Amino acid sequence: MLNFFLLILIYTCIYSLMAIGQNVISGYTGMLSMCQAGFFAIGSYATAILATKCGWSFWATLPVSIALSALFGFLIGLPTLRLKGDYLAIATLGFGEIVRNVLNNWDSLTNGPMGIQDVPMATIFGKKINPYSKVGFLFLCIVFVVIAYFLFQRLARSRMGRALEAIREDEIAAASTGINVTKYKVVSFMLGAGVAGVAGSLQAVFNLSVTPGTYTFMVSVMVLCMIVLGGMGNFLAAILGSFIIQLISYFPQLTGLSSVIPPQFKQILFGLILVVMMIWRPQGIMGRREHLYGADKQGGKK
Amino acid sequence: MNGLTLGGIYALIALGYTMVYGILKFINFAHGDILMVGAYIGLFTYNGLRGNAPLGVWTVTSFFIAMLVAMFSCGVLGMVIERVAYKPLRHAARLAPLLSAIGVSFILSNSAAWAFGTQSRKFDYPFDNTPINMHGVIITPHQIMILAVAAIMMIGLAIFVDKTRMGKAMRATSLDQSTAMLMGINVDRVISLTFAVGSALAATGGILISLDFKAYPSMGMMTGLKAFVAAVVGGIGNIEGAMLGGIILGLLETFGVAVLGIPTGMKDTIAFGVLILILLIKPEGILGHAEKEKV
Repeated sequence: MLNFFLLILIYTCIYSLMAIGQNVISGYTGMLSMCQAGFFAIGSYATAILATKCGWSFWATLPVSIALSALFGFLIGLPTLRLKGDYLAIATLGFGEIVRNVLNNWDSLTNGPMGIQDVPMATIFGKKINPYSKVGFLFLCIVFVVIAYFLFQRLARSRMGRALEAIREDEIAAASTGINVTKYKVVSFMLGAGVAGVAGSLQAVFNLSVTPGTYTFMVSVMVLCMIVLGGMGNFLAAILGSFIIQLISYFPQLTGLSSVIPPQFKQILFGLILVVMMIWRPQGIMGRREHLYGADKQGGKK
Repeated sequence: MNGLTLGGIYALIALGYTMVYGILKFINFAHGDILMVGAYIGLFTYNGLRGNAPLGVWTVTSFFIAMLVAMFSCGVLGMVIERVAYKPLRHAARLAPLLSAIGVSFILSNSAAWAFGTQSRKFDYPFDNTPINMHGVIITPHQIMILAVAAIMMIGLAIFVDKTRMGKAMRATSLDQSTAMLMGINVDRVISLTFAVGSALAATGGILISLDFKAYPSMGMMTGLKAFVAAVVGGIGNIEGAMLGGIILGLLETFGVAVLGIPTGMKDTIAFGVLILILLIKPEGILGHAEKEKV
């Protein structure tokens, strides 16, 4: 039972990273991207391939996986981001599927549907972090989430964070105040992709194997659900949402009812969450954190 | 010929996207899944009606009855979805209806997987499907039927939109909602009807496509995505554009595999490539006209 709870926490951390990325893209910049699964997959495969074929350590593969995910974020972002939100959603959805398609078919590099097995474990100071003894791995994940949280929290309060929020509120107005809309959109997309790449690397050293079947459209929808449930534009809420969604998706196993509850139960529930939240509480459980610049110094609140 | 029939089906589905977009400026993500529901309803009705009857007049009749049943039930389904999931969000932020639509799409496809199982089901041809050689062009009766059905539907739709009162109301609503309302048009009813017609067309598309490719719960996603590309290629919001775009995409896909030697596993990539290309070169589509965004 405890072991199971640790598993949920580890997945919460891995998905939190993706949700934080999605939050930058959707919550701050207001773009609906549907391909966190694609970036997640790129990160995982980068780590898995470099570790098994070139013998790199986890830490050496990490920057490559970030850079690669961000690069793909840039490539997919540049043509599509100049367009309206609805197009972006479909184009990114297509991109996520294409990534999986390529991973499934590029046998020489990715070993096709069989995936890559025996990914070496991550090490710290020569000590292996064994994912089977979950506690150690959980700590590693928590460190990553905390770092990501503070980095992105800083970012949100910076000049760039304000620019992103301005773009979300009104693109034309933002452009007319001198914000380079395309540049900021692409950068925010790359950041979101990069942090999903980190999540992918962690996933690779946690499962010690990668298969294309892990990175379905379902993952992207789960991540989307997390930030919708928690509250868009709030990084803490993204982590909370990720925890709730993980709890829901392991609910059948947790209560020992997995033989009674059909396997589609959680997907249907995720769909319902999206619809219901949009109608009754579009700001999510925690809501958006408003940055009132200067006001908090005087202790004043809106 | 393969390309043309595939294109005809894409066009039918693309019409639903385009009609909804034309009026609400919003992409109905669940459209592909309505198509899947239509295919299943058609399949069950057809199998139920047909029983073990040999190929003949009755099988063809029951096929068309099944198609009508599927069209009607999907029309109702489309209206219900609009009422429940989209209508409360008509004045909400831009992302809200999109997210809600993704939710609906997920509910539909997974409920179908739960109710009908994930295996794909075959749709038996209601008639003898031996290819006919027509002056060197080989064509199957099934392809003739698809082209005929697609043509009838499109002509019917064109007449409906151009000539009837309701069609006029529809065009007015898509031009300017609030002005249309001032002119005494019941905008809610027009939107409902748009969803009904679009979904009925999707049901036909779903049945036609599952004659060739079987029906399965997740079929809606890829088919829907491609039909959306077709709508964008032709110019979204533009009914003639959707027809043209569907046929172009169908031809491109078939020729890409047959002539250019693109492996079949990567067939789905073609539609996506076309989408990116169109968005880069002419985002308003072939028949669309550019709209300047206003403050």
